[in-house]
Amino acid sequence: MQRRTIFRNKFLPYVLLAPQLAITIAFFFWPAGQAVYQSLLIEDPFGLYREFVWFENFQIVLSNPLYLEAVRVTVIFSTAVTFLAMAPALLLAVMADQVIRGASGYRTMIVWPYAIAPAVAAVLWLFIFHPSIGQIGQGLRALGIPWDYRIDGDQALGLVIFVSAWKQVSYNFLFFLAGLQSIPKTIVEAATVDGASPMVRFWRGIFPLLSPTTFFLLVVNIIYTFFDTFGVIHAITQGGPGRATTTLMYRLYRDGWINLDLGGSSAQSVLLMSAVILLTVVQFRFIERRVHY
Amino acid sequence: MHATSRLFRSFLATLLVVFAIGSIGHAQPTEIQFWYALTGPLAEHTLAQVEDFNNSQDQFRVVADFTGSYDETMVAAIAAFRAGAAPHIVQMFEVGTATMMYSGAIKPVHELFEETGVPFDPDIFLPAVKGYYSLPDGSMMSMPFNSSTAVMWVNDDALAAAGIDPATVSLGTWEEVWEVAQQVVDEGGADCGISFAWPTWTQYEQFSAVHDVPLASLSNGMEGLGAEMMVNSELHVEHLQNLVDARASGAFVYGGRGNAGDGLFVSGECAMVQGSSALFARVDREAEFDWTMHMLPYYEGTPNAPLNSIIGGASLWAMDTPGRTAEEWQGVAEFFAFLATVDQAQKWHIDSGYLPIRFGIYERLMEEGFYDDKPHLRIPYEQLTRGEATPNSSGIRLGNLPQIRAIIEEEIELAFEGQQTAQQALDTAVERSNVVLRAFERAQR
Repeated sequence: MQRRTIFRNKFLPYVLLAPQLAITIAFFFWPAGQAVYQSLLIEDPFGLYREFVWFENFQIVLSNPLYLEAVRVTVIFSTAVTFLAMAPALLLAVMADQVIRGASGYRTMIVWPYAIAPAVAAVLWLFIFHPSIGQIGQGLRALGIPWDYRIDGDQALGLVIFVSAWKQVSYNFLFFLAGLQSIPKTIVEAATVDGASPMVRFWRGIFPLLSPTTFFLLVVNIIYTFFDTFGVIHAITQGGPGRATTTLMYRLYRDGWINLDLGGSSAQSVLLMSAVILLTVVQFRFIERRVHY
Repeated sequence: MHATSRLFRSFLATLLVVFAIGSIGHAQPTEIQFWYALTGPLAEHTLAQVEDFNNSQDQFRVVADFTGSYDETMVAAIAAFRAGAAPHIVQMFEVGTATMMYSGAIKPVHELFEETGVPFDPDIFLPAVKGYYSLPDGSMMSMPFNSSTAVMWVNDDALAAAGIDPATVSLGTWEEVWEVAQQVVDEGGADCGISFAWPTWTQYEQFSAVHDVPLASLSNGMEGLGAEMMVNSELHVEHLQNLVDARASGAFVYGGRGNAGDGLFVSGECAMVQGSSALFARVDREAEFDWTMHMLPYYEGTPNAPLNSIIGGASLWAMDTPGRTAEEWQGVAEFFAFLATVDQAQKWHIDSGYLPIRFGIYERLMEEGFYDDKPHLRIPYEQLTRGEATPNSSGIRLGNLPQIRAIIEEEIELAFEGQQTAQQALDTAVERSNVVLRAFERAQR
């Protein structure tokens, strides 16, 4: 016997979808449309002077060597953060999956950092790594390492990567753990009986079965590195020293919010939006094929 | 039917007349919106000024709203203007002066006072204050309110620990400052000799004014939109080279952008820090050592130095928006005039620690002996009124100044890191800043 509920009302689905659609339109499509429109204008911040310039803003942005420098920083930053946020999370999840006593205690503690706002997390680590008032910062200097992220660009980039990744480990941990727990125990047991070592069991048995989770997290983490790491950079380095931590997102903020260059920053956000859409499409088309559901 | 409706209509008309008369009898004060950006005790003192005005008359009522930090308030005011709902008055930091002035979104205060007939004399303000907010012909564009300037904070205990007598030490010139900074580090008085907060503001804007060298052409942009940066002069390069060298020898530590350098002073890490005079509240609360305030140093032999420093802080702008009534402008003008009276401005100076922005306060307090145990309230004023102000020390009017500040900071950081020479850093800073200035010029057509 088939138990299917059939709604005869043709409008009900639309009514039920309406609130979500309204939010998407009001908070995504409309602002995105505005950004596209503004990227074609040069105007003063107060909107009293306006000139339609077609793609001149894009030309200005793309011909600026500093923009290409920000692309380079962003690629390094995003790749490093994504890897450093996912690999330790997987390791922690595998270990937490095997813990029997006090399991919920460990899990709760690992999840905590996710509840901290990016700016707060940044200030926390800033106080730890500060060259003159932070314990680790002072420790490094005592060991003779010239630690000063206010001057050294590589150290600054390393620090914001570390803090951004640390914040995201919890989120990834939760998903990896859930993924691990949904893998049937029989598979692992069968592999054990066949004499597979723990490493082989993991890489040949468990990891492929985790691939839907890994793929999902890859997409989410890359988007995170683009859009949610602003608070960390703003609180620790403000894009400096020099331009060592000026990612595309931070550059866009500075041009739009501080410099009040609406056309230029809109052009940058259109480029950034396109890049993320393209990246996501590529991931779904090419990487997802290798994912086993 | 017809008769009933006519009766009803005349009843309504009567009601309206009655209400109209009633509302004349109980005249509501005209509301004036005022957006401000100060926090903590400074916000309380601002609200006290508003309260004083509201209690002084019953025709107008100023309603003050906190709208976030300076840059947040600026963006909020711009957004409100675009939506046709700008506040009557907005507090705007000094770097936003050019943006506001050229915006077409404001009513210049000299026009405001002319049109409303409220008596007002712009010459009551100190030249360094008035000049910053006026056109070259002297027409005042915004109302001075909270002004600070840059000074040098000195940790006396650190100097004493290095065998320097803080009571007799002379820190008037950079030569002396470099020497003391090196000695403090060598003798273990502190980990660092000298640092600064707000790098571009203290080391370029204030430095240029004190040395009477231009920061930018056309009188630092006061005379027009075509200004070009001039921070790659011989003196500027020499100073940056000295900073790079002192960093290598340990006498100077770079504290970072914004107010990050302030922390190096209050923590005791750096013996001398150049920062805002408004840092007093924090120094008073956090510094666990004896300190003194000194004027900004100058390089010996620079013609006309030391000259007056320039102001920082914020001013009040009257914003225009469709539908403003004469009554509302009247209220804005009277509120501005009220804040500028000697009594109110003196109260503001004493409560907040900002500079006395008009004549008549310093003289009075000096006579009363008020400053005897509060030199930190007197020194910034004396530095600001030092010498005869020139076009190089009367103010700065550059579009997108916040961006220019960031550019200079980026380039000098790369020089500290050793990636480029002092000359290259400042040449690049000039080149990049000029691009920003041309973009601003273009958007103002």
